[in-house]
Amino acid sequence: MSIEPLIFDLSSPGRIGFSLPQVDMDEAPPLDAKYLREELDMPEVSEIDVMRHFVRLSQKNYSIDTGFYPLGSCTMKYNPKLHEDVAIMPGWAHIHPYLPEECAQGALQVQCELQDMLGQISGMDSVSLQPAAGAHGEFTGILMIRAYHRSRGDADRDIILVPDSAHGTNPATAAAAGFKMISLKSSKEGSVDLDALKGALSERIAGMMLTVPSTLGLFEPDILKISKMVHDAGGLMYGDGANLNALVGHIRPGDLGFDVMHINLHKTFTTPHGGGGPGSGPVACKAILAPFLPSPTVEKRDDKFAFTYSDKSIGRVKNFWGNFGMHVRAYTYIRHLGLPGLQRVSEDAIINANYIRANLSGTYHLPYDRICMHEVVLSGKNIKQETGIRTLDIAKRLIDYGMHPPTVYFPLIVEEALMIEPTETESKETLDAFIHAMKEIAREAREDPDMVHSAPHTTELSRLDEVTAAREPNLRWRRPGDKSDEEITRAKAS
Amino acid sequence: MVYTPNTEAQRQEMIDAMGLKTLEDLYREVPASVRDPKIDLPAPLSEPELLGEMRRLSELNADAAHYATFLGAGAYNHFSPSVVYRIMSRSEFLTAYTPYQPELSQGTLQQIYEFQTLVCQLTGMDVANASMYDAASALGEAAVMASTITRRKSVIVSPKTHPEHKAVLRTYASNHGIEVIERDANIQQASDLGEDVACVIVQQPNYLGEIRDLTGLADTVHEAGAMLIIVFDPISLGMLKSPGELDADIAIGEGQSLGVPLQFGGPYLGLLATKDKYVRQMPGRLAGMTKDTEGRRGFVLTLQTREQHIRREKATSNICTNEGLMAVAATAYMSLMGPQGLKRIADICYQRSHYLAKRIAALPGYEIISREPFFKEFAVKAPLPPAELNRRLMEYKIVGGLDISKTPEADNTDNAWLLCVTELNSKEQLDRLVSALKEISS
Amino acid sequence: MDNPRDYKYTKEHEWAKLDGDTVTMGVTNYAATQLGDMVYVDMPAVGTKVSQGDAIGALESVKAAADFYSPLSGEVLERNERLLDEPGAINSDPFTDGWFVKITPSNISELDALMSAEEYDEFEKSQG
Repeated sequence: MSIEPLIFDLSSPGRIGFSLPQVDMDEAPPLDAKYLREELDMPEVSEIDVMRHFVRLSQKNYSIDTGFYPLGSCTMKYNPKLHEDVAIMPGWAHIHPYLPEECAQGALQVQCELQDMLGQISGMDSVSLQPAAGAHGEFTGILMIRAYHRSRGDADRDIILVPDSAHGTNPATAAAAGFKMISLKSSKEGSVDLDALKGALSERIAGMMLTVPSTLGLFEPDILKISKMVHDAGGLMYGDGANLNALVGHIRPGDLGFDVMHINLHKTFTTPHGGGGPGSGPVACKAILAPFLPSPTVEKRDDKFAFTYSDKSIGRVKNFWGNFGMHVRAYTYIRHLGLPGLQRVSEDAIINANYIRANLSGTYHLPYDRICMHEVVLSGKNIKQETGIRTLDIAKRLIDYGMHPPTVYFPLIVEEALMIEPTETESKETLDAFIHAMKEIAREAREDPDMVHSAPHTTELSRLDEVTAAREPNLRWRRPGDKSDEEITRAKAS
Repeated sequence: MVYTPNTEAQRQEMIDAMGLKTLEDLYREVPASVRDPKIDLPAPLSEPELLGEMRRLSELNADAAHYATFLGAGAYNHFSPSVVYRIMSRSEFLTAYTPYQPELSQGTLQQIYEFQTLVCQLTGMDVANASMYDAASALGEAAVMASTITRRKSVIVSPKTHPEHKAVLRTYASNHGIEVIERDANIQQASDLGEDVACVIVQQPNYLGEIRDLTGLADTVHEAGAMLIIVFDPISLGMLKSPGELDADIAIGEGQSLGVPLQFGGPYLGLLATKDKYVRQMPGRLAGMTKDTEGRRGFVLTLQTREQHIRREKATSNICTNEGLMAVAATAYMSLMGPQGLKRIADICYQRSHYLAKRIAALPGYEIISREPFFKEFAVKAPLPPAELNRRLMEYKIVGGLDISKTPEADNTDNAWLLCVTELNSKEQLDRLVSALKEISS
Repeated sequence: MDNPRDYKYTKEHEWAKLDGDTVTMGVTNYAATQLGDMVYVDMPAVGTKVSQGDAIGALESVKAAADFYSPLSGEVLERNERLLDEPGAINSDPFTDGWFVKITPSNISELDALMSAEEYDEFEKSQG
């Protein structure tokens, strides 16, 4: 493969890539020049140019449909093609969000039933489908916690507890919602340290954000105790639903003591990641928080589905009704699998992760020697000590074996972390090939470290210069010699 | 099971390989009291059964493929060429993750770089990010960004801005102690603005479709030490002065019109563009061009230290998704349309909306309340409640306009009805609406 | 790279050096190495009043960012404008050309509470 030109390089003045009606009437008053733009410099390309350009670009991507994608914490499971065929049915794809309710009963039924199904699966009483992504759901849930405390005249609670193993979004969310964040150190078993928790609890605690299983892939054996401690201190439990794939069908966060959580539909309920979105992050909560959910939610009244609004709601976090296209896919998935299928999902996710743990723990350091859930965190620190080869090198070398690397250097509390989430949609044969590749790389690190250090060797490009990219950001194409380029040059010369 | 390939025998073989006996052993850290509660879900359906069920449910909705649709107000029934869907449904775009591994994601990274450039070209701004959730949340983020830059704590928003944009703006602002003031943006001099105003937000065309004269507004706002945020309709920029030409500091747009289907309100994509000097304060992902160790051109995600996975509680925003796939659609759409296509669509919208407005104005009891010039939407004062009009129009296979009666955006007018006309509303559809209205009101 | 003997140090890996009425501040070689290639520096404006221990700016590398905690209280007198174009100076010469800001200290006795070079050498070792 070669360098693909930019779409701007393919442009030729006067070329056309569209087929549109003519402007066939002259009904409107001519617009004054003060309203009109002077120029619009955009590429002019033909349809075949566009099709080939983007097909060739797509071929430079790795994807789930290409191969194994064990990216920890991201739940890169297979995305059923059925969902895409459903989502483009005109009655889903081409319906306006402001249709009168009586003209959108199918859409409202899907939303209402999806709310109920997510409530059943999470063990919660009420659900809003509005948030656009997991982090957006987190933000929503934390605002609900704040609104709850304020509604009780308990407005001085300004601290959110977050374990040091948490996703980066947790502290970012707590801060974005205006809370102070206290980070809790994990115990040496990788769990919440109950003494540290006890020490941190006070009348200022608004709540605790916790991921179960944790980002270390470990269940929290003391979870019932933790919830009770936080509740006794007057705080609420926020559940980061990123790892729901480990629990689905067998364990419900609501039963673990969580009061509110988000659910990443693009993880557990396999809506496609799309190269970084769209996500969808419904929020589920217990009855005490239900009045604060973003409005509207959907309910069934007299055999009709309708939007319903709460005056205590935290307000809107998104326009319209959330990422409905993703709701349709997740709804289709749940109705396809039912409870037995969903139970099989979490079982196989756990079996697959533990199979990797059992097979690689002799080759790579296992920082927490426990049964894991849907993902396993290994460490390359033994390889680094012995050979100087870092986890980043191991990850890059895996590309040469035709696989996507796992998540590396996260969680932050594990040195040289390798976070592996195989998901339930991979077969034993695929896992065996991965295990084999990881063992081979460990051997190569000892025998030919330079080769591993300069990996990948089979990709079109070698490692990219991220330092220059950040020091002198080039974030857009400019026509050679255009005014702004000259300005940049002048600025640099002076 | 269809999506779980391991057989029963393989599952047991794997459990044996871990030195365990049964599946149950994998759950030994989980308290028995929380295991396997009753979960009430519908029984599973096979693929053909489910396709039938989903088709049946979908047909309960009045879709724009079967109904002449005159709804707009932030979600628009524009045409999306076949190529756009073909490209966005490519497995390698659809089922890839965020491009954190540049060696395996050059396709998505180059596409984001092209998207950023196309948004800059369209808006006349210096730099754009890889997209946000939607226009409303992008506006919320932009207001916070302006407050951070100016270290000021209030924002002025023009009253005729989309009410849901304003609602989301208020949600975001309240968490940062920012006050939102609704006030007409017809600001004559800098002293009209207080010293604590971080930014002035105007929507162009506004919620009623009106095109406002924004000449000189930026100068006044800048003189007061504040920033100008323009909320734009990307389709209108085939014709109207760009936010860059108006010297906006931040431009926010809803990108759905650029090839993304209506799908009942989402997923869409928020467009956010700004001036070079504010790039470090801009939220969201960015792709940048660089070189590999052999000097070959390539792309990476850059300036990542602004983001949550590194900055954690100090990030510019907690956002960790862009609307990647929707941005793929928009990139393909803008490439296909080019300057001529975008101009053509804007012209058609402008002409056809006026064709319809003239004929509705000629009907007894109807009055156009949007002021000229308007772009593709206009508000009407109808002789009947819009809810009733819309109900009766269904018999003609027409989805009518939005009922905005008694809303502040419509100056509390009774029977206010917001109609939208795009290139997908043929002359036949416009005439059908007019004759239906004639029959209904007679 | 040795830690200069006549500088004072903090546990956040910043240094401070007294020159007449002004104090020059920066980050240590240890901090620069931990962060990696610097790509951007955010410095306080001249005239900003700073207090000891405040986060008054930030250093960013490709994949990490760290706050700069002021070793002393005072008022910012000068910023190292060169870092805006050449943030890498922090990596190449953290103790000289890569200085961060100069301040007029408001309470010079704060300097006494900071670590000496010998103490910092030990502290650095304990950081692994």
